Amino acid sequence: MSEPFLIGDCMTGGYGKGPDILHDCTIAVEKGEIAVIVGPNGAGKSTAMKAVFGMLDVRQGAVRLDGKDITKLSPQDRVLQGMGFVPQTHNIFASMTVEENLEMGAYIRTDDFSQTMEQVYDLFPILREKRNQAAGELSGGQRQQVAVGRALMTKPTVLMLDEPTAGVSPIVMDELFDRIIEVARTGISILMVEQNARQALEIADKGYVLVQGANAYTGTGKELLADAEVRKSFLGG
Amino acid sequence: MSDTQKTYALFALVAVLILGTGFVQSWNTALFILNMGLISAIMSLGVNLQWGIAGLLNVGIMGFVALGGLATVLVSMEPVPDAWEAGGPRILMGLAVGTISIVALVLSYTKLPKGWVRAIGTIVVAVIGFYVTRSVLDPAVQAVEGVNPALTGYLGGLGLPVLISWPVGGLFAAAAAWVIGKTALGLRSDYLAIATLGISEIIIAVLKNEDWMTRGVKNVIGIPRPVPYEVDLQADPSFVERATSFGLDPMTASTIYVKLGYAVLFAIVLIVLLWLSQMALKSPWGRMMRAIRDNETAARAMGKNVTARHLQVFILGSAICGIAGAMMTTMDSQLTPSSYQPLRFTFLIWVMVIVGGSGNNLGSILGGFLVWFLWVQVEPLGAALMDIITSPMAEDSALRDHLVKSAAYMRLLTMGIFLLVMLRFSPKGLIPEK
Amino acid sequence: MMDILNALVVLANFVMIPAVAYGSQLALGALGVTLVYGVLRFSNFAHGDTMAFGTMVVILVTWWFQSMGISFGPLPTALLALPFGIAATAVLVIGSDRMVYRFYRQTKSEPVVFLIVSLGVMFVLNGLVRFIIGPNDQSFSDGERFIIKVGDFKKMTGLDEGLAIKTTQGITVVTAIVVVAALFWFLNKTRTGKSMRAFSDNEDLALLSGINPERVVFYTWLIVAALATIAGTLYGLDKSFKPFVYFQLLLPIFAAAIVGGLGNPLGAIAGGFVIAFSEVTITYAWKKVITYVVPETWAPDGLVQLLSTEYKFAVSFMILVIVLLIKPTGLFKGKSL
Repeated sequence: MSEPFLIGDCMTGGYGKGPDILHDCTIAVEKGEIAVIVGPNGAGKSTAMKAVFGMLDVRQGAVRLDGKDITKLSPQDRVLQGMGFVPQTHNIFASMTVEENLEMGAYIRTDDFSQTMEQVYDLFPILREKRNQAAGELSGGQRQQVAVGRALMTKPTVLMLDEPTAGVSPIVMDELFDRIIEVARTGISILMVEQNARQALEIADKGYVLVQGANAYTGTGKELLADAEVRKSFLGG
Repeated sequence: MSDTQKTYALFALVAVLILGTGFVQSWNTALFILNMGLISAIMSLGVNLQWGIAGLLNVGIMGFVALGGLATVLVSMEPVPDAWEAGGPRILMGLAVGTISIVALVLSYTKLPKGWVRAIGTIVVAVIGFYVTRSVLDPAVQAVEGVNPALTGYLGGLGLPVLISWPVGGLFAAAAAWVIGKTALGLRSDYLAIATLGISEIIIAVLKNEDWMTRGVKNVIGIPRPVPYEVDLQADPSFVERATSFGLDPMTASTIYVKLGYAVLFAIVLIVLLWLSQMALKSPWGRMMRAIRDNETAARAMGKNVTARHLQVFILGSAICGIAGAMMTTMDSQLTPSSYQPLRFTFLIWVMVIVGGSGNNLGSILGGFLVWFLWVQVEPLGAALMDIITSPMAEDSALRDHLVKSAAYMRLLTMGIFLLVMLRFSPKGLIPEK
Repeated sequence: MMDILNALVVLANFVMIPAVAYGSQLALGALGVTLVYGVLRFSNFAHGDTMAFGTMVVILVTWWFQSMGISFGPLPTALLALPFGIAATAVLVIGSDRMVYRFYRQTKSEPVVFLIVSLGVMFVLNGLVRFIIGPNDQSFSDGERFIIKVGDFKKMTGLDEGLAIKTTQGITVVTAIVVVAALFWFLNKTRTGKSMRAFSDNEDLALLSGINPERVVFYTWLIVAALATIAGTLYGLDKSFKPFVYFQLLLPIFAAAIVGGLGNPLGAIAGGFVIAFSEVTITYAWKKVITYVVPETWAPDGLVQLLSTEYKFAVSFMILVIVLLIKPTGLFKGKSL
């Protein structure tokens, strides 16, 4: 089997000089697919994703994007390499308008990005409607759309989402997942951390269950949902 | 070299510098530096309590120092009977009415129901209170200030021994600190800085303009002393005899004797305050203060009332500055409101604390002495340096003239650079916190 | 009817016009403070002295121009010297950022540390300005003194009271409007301006978006230098230049910035006018206005001055205290550009 498009291979590491949080943890996503990281609280889900994005020290193992080793790159450089990241909180410029948020997302682009902005507006029509409103005044679900839209402005090949549905209602969550599937259909790989494990695994091509910073179960979304052990321990029966 | 040895060495250095001044320049200068050094050390001890131990920014030290000076006048000057007759009781009444209006203002703000009722009610109370106070106060103030303005024109003080004014100065400063602390503590740290900057400017404005209280820019001179007067000493045959037996002329001997007297008094205050500060630092209270400084969130989470603790330490630190201010005015034996300059009385104290070592009481005392020494000595050094730099220039060169005249401002520059260099390369100061 | 008009003219002459001019100067000063706060996240206590430095350079260049016989017709020569002042101040603040502040940014120091560092910078600037130009009052206004003179106004309207508008007051207001318009255009319409707002709003996300923090900081200081020099020069033209007064301006300027909401440019402008109008109305002697408005028998004996002008700082302080007690975030919610 050829190597996945993005892979965090056998990563071990932690924040700064702190203790290791990840232990030989592997996370990967194929082109145009959705990979989901689930697990109990404190399992290192977000940490694993931040490791892939270069926000903590990976002491052993490597991160490769499209076959290229990017382990040593800073997060900013990874953005230039085509990775988009949506943090869990503080992921929008609250005092700026929706359109300005998207413009800032495209800050590093020197070419004309109006096309991309149209695509984002097509994907999230509500944002077109509210383009001149301050992003901080929008509802929780709409803000998440702004956050995802901002990250899409660099035309990333991989989009990483840290708990995109935290704090939104179930209806909004379903809608967000639909959008995420749509994004994936355009050929963008999606790597996301989710608290709502069951719903997330339903849309996932690949699922990773982490426990204490290490891979506990790995499989397709369907396999994990069907796995009795996983259901019992992590999905509440 | 161990830490203790280093501390001794640094204090020995200060001693050498002061003694050196005595041998090279004059003993009067040396004692002047020593006395102001003692006062500066007390001030920086107070600021260290606030900044070093609690992390509070006080940018209004000057105001608290000036309140100490005010206390000296109000406590020790003889009352002016004519002025009291002219309007004393009415001024007291005016102050009482003012206090009542402030209480009414606070009550109307806290007790009235929120919304328009409160807004309008509070404004009405404020306006009425202001006018009533002014109408009582103004005529009395005019009457008092009209009494022999060239010599008095103010109410005078209580005529009590001047030493009493030292603790009173502390109380005045504590009261002002309470008001500021209540307002600005618990908010962002910069707000306290700006609020203290403001109150200190206002205190100076009051001292300059409320002539009935402080004679304003006419200054109060001849504040009684806790030590003998030089002329009395010179007239005392036994003193003259002893002076000559030391090989000193009576003039010099008397000035040195007086300055030494102050030095002893100041040293006693400094030692007592240092001992108290050290005890406080080592007590559970001190440990809690430092814990709060190092991690306020955690301290709050543990149920500590951070704001109340901050208020305590802020009041204590300011009170110490007030005591030092009273001591300084006592030594000068005059109150000159226009001499209070923020650069000298606020920011220089900051340099002392940072250079000495914030968080360490001994460090701030060392900083007080050392920085004060530099402050005094950089001026002649700067002038000398300018003379050397400008010596190749023509005698009548305008630039030369300007440079020599401006040499005095070299020390502001030097102190600023000194502070920046310390902050950058040795932020813990000369004697770091343990 | 005439009385009312006369009262209005007195009011305009002694309260409205001076307060508008002073408010514009404070607003420009407060904008500088608020920009530093929004982007660099500390209260810059050296701002008053930065203004003094910029004004000093303007004065020196003005003197040089005057000695060469260059003038700006009816307008003050200082306006011609302004670009030089801005350039020198820009070099100064960006230099001080490189030599002083940048280190603390890299070590991610607390805002309090920045504040103390700015005290050190203030000390240095204080010494520098006094060293170069001395501590005394300098007057450098030239050109036409008035736009409207009291006598002309009386002749024109036939009223008993006159109205004067000083050239410096007119220039202050016009310049302030131009500068504020340019600033808002820059912040809201240009890529660099938007990146500054983004950085101020959410630093981490700005970094993720590839915004270069050093570039943002550079432009911020550049704008702050311009604002400080312009504010200082206008104040100096309108009143006079004295280094210590500029240090004291820190209080009303900070009060203005906090009243409006630290970090909020719109708030800084509003705050500037709130402070200026309160200061002028509270320290103005209302006797004349009231005498015109009320029946003769009610005319007041005293000056009807709430506070003497020596206490003008008390006014900004009181407003500051009221805002801190009631709404610490300011009238306009602060924290970002």
